[in-house]
Amino acid sequence: MSGAWERLDRRTVAVSALTVGGIAVGIAAPIVWGFVRRDGPVGLVAAIAGGGVLVLAGLVALADWLRWRHSSYRVTDERVELRYAWVVHTLRSIPRDRVRTVDLMANPLLRMFGLTKVKVGTGQQVTGQRSHLVLDPVTRVRAEQLRRELLDRAPAGAPPVAEAEPPALATLDWSWIRYAPVAVTTPILGTAAFGAVMQVADWAGVQNSVISTVGDVFAEVSVPVLVAALVAIGLLIGVVGSLGVFVEMWWRYRLTRDRGNLQVRRGLFTTRSLSLEQRRLRGVDLFEPFGARLMGAARVDVVATGLKEWSERDSSDPQTLLPAAPMAVARRVAATVLGDDPLSTVDIKGHPVAARTRRLWWATYAVVGVGGVLAVLGLLLTVVLVHLAWISVVVLTPVAVLLALDDYRNLGHGLTDGYLVTRFGPGSRHTVALQRGGIIGWTVRRSPFQRRAGLVTIAATTAAKGGQYQVRDLAEQDGLRLAEAAVPGLLTPFLEPRR
Amino acid sequence: MNEGVRLRPPRNRVERRAVGYWLTNELVSVAVPAVVLTVLAVLITPARPWLLLALGIVLVVGLPYALVVPFWRYRVHRWEVTEDAVYTRTGWLWQEWRIAPMSRIQTVDTARGPLEQLFGLASVTVTTASAAGPLKIPGLDHELAAGLVERLTESTQAHRGDAT
Repeated sequence: MSGAWERLDRRTVAVSALTVGGIAVGIAAPIVWGFVRRDGPVGLVAAIAGGGVLVLAGLVALADWLRWRHSSYRVTDERVELRYAWVVHTLRSIPRDRVRTVDLMANPLLRMFGLTKVKVGTGQQVTGQRSHLVLDPVTRVRAEQLRRELLDRAPAGAPPVAEAEPPALATLDWSWIRYAPVAVTTPILGTAAFGAVMQVADWAGVQNSVISTVGDVFAEVSVPVLVAALVAIGLLIGVVGSLGVFVEMWWRYRLTRDRGNLQVRRGLFTTRSLSLEQRRLRGVDLFEPFGARLMGAARVDVVATGLKEWSERDSSDPQTLLPAAPMAVARRVAATVLGDDPLSTVDIKGHPVAARTRRLWWATYAVVGVGGVLAVLGLLLTVVLVHLAWISVVVLTPVAVLLALDDYRNLGHGLTDGYLVTRFGPGSRHTVALQRGGIIGWTVRRSPFQRRAGLVTIAATTAAKGGQYQVRDLAEQDGLRLAEAAVPGLLTPFLEPRR
Repeated sequence: MNEGVRLRPPRNRVERRAVGYWLTNELVSVAVPAVVLTVLAVLITPARPWLLLALGIVLVVGLPYALVVPFWRYRVHRWEVTEDAVYTRTGWLWQEWRIAPMSRIQTVDTARGPLEQLFGLASVTVTTASAAGPLKIPGLDHELAAGLVERLTESTQAHRGDAT
């Protein structure tokens, strides 16, 4: 039997028109306001802007209506198909036994209409045209039904089985929000805030008056105080923004496992529901971003095949199974997800001292390089740069040395029955447990410096994201033995006794 | 176990002609900017000292590189195909050994650029499911390469599965 062709939901037209209309109003408003301030012809400007918004929204609605009118999809016993047939005819067809992910995403506007986008993916590593299709949009009920149908490989049109929600492997603990302000989002959002103020002021044509207003407010204080105040304001905005991002992203977070599929549901305004077939899992990455690491927290990312090009439009990291949480929680979730606990049982061995020497040299080169360039430019151009040169050397040297030492301290590797574990990273630290069965080849690299120091870098290539996981700068013997032991038989024929 | 091991070099060298091919390749890539700089130096009088300086740098750095590296690379580059795996060594100063098990190979291709055709050479590209890039065996005799691709395709077909 083959499923009948179905339409997407018609209300997408309204959603598109409202989205574009909203953005257009957002852009037009400050411009109109700029004219108001300068006593421009307000009525005329408002009329032009309003008309422009309406025309734009109308055009988008028309385009989306055409798309809706001529698109249809169906789920047959063998395939999922999405076709578009007007002027250009396209048919996107995915064999059902290749479907690996069915993900739901809905922004606030879609949710208001009870709609959601459904992305059906094959988990292909190669960025191909046919690796996924997006049903944009269908009703939420239909979406849930599709997900069950496609991931369970149930016959098309089977009645939905009523069932209890599977038990959660992890749910959100609001105390984890304390790790949000120390994330990279804080400085980024703080800096972006100043940029945004300047940009909007520029649109409204009041940039100079904004600068002079700030100047007036701080007229009485010295430059260092001004800088400190601006940094404090930026930090405050960044912290508030980070908290907001955390709430938006992780609201109602829930990690479950249901018949061989890991599923992450989360999101306040934009709800996301990501699923990953367990058999595509090749390991986990226990990631400690610098701030979180200082507070003893870690995030759990998946190492899985075919995750690379997940949803272009979702800026959040879909590969994260658990947001930054206390180390014990992160380890427990990692172990539950893997069904094995390599991170606790593994004996992580450090690397030879030569690796530390290498890192200290890198630090030296970096500092000397920066200082040297500044000094040369300073001698040629202006004496200010010469001062900048020695100041940067003084400031950067301890930072670079600390990073080098930390990088060396973090280096480590180990092997358990099922997993290769590698740990690395200055500042932010990754501890990756990679299934030995997921290793699909080896790369051994050696630079002239490594050769002299008796070191090698070995990389386990995998079909998972990133393509390879490196164990950097270990002793040549340890490296070869590790690779030989991790995948028995593969490397052995290519080894010979050292003369 | 206690004596220590090392990676042995793969059995086969690349074609001797590959040196000529690399040499031509490198010399062309030095000659092009050198000619451009010379012409510009002749035409643009005010900038002549700077252009000649740039030309000097290109020649001093580029020529020794172009003349030495092909021979060095020939000494390093090696390849081997066994029943179970493809094994390559590439690079010159920075060296890289790569191993891909036959069961994980997805596609095998040959490629021949115009210059390679002139020298009767071809390179073989072995792709696995890893995003870390394919294994490349450059500088093979083109008939040998064709045979190799055939052999690899046959043995990879013996192993089924999605190779991930």
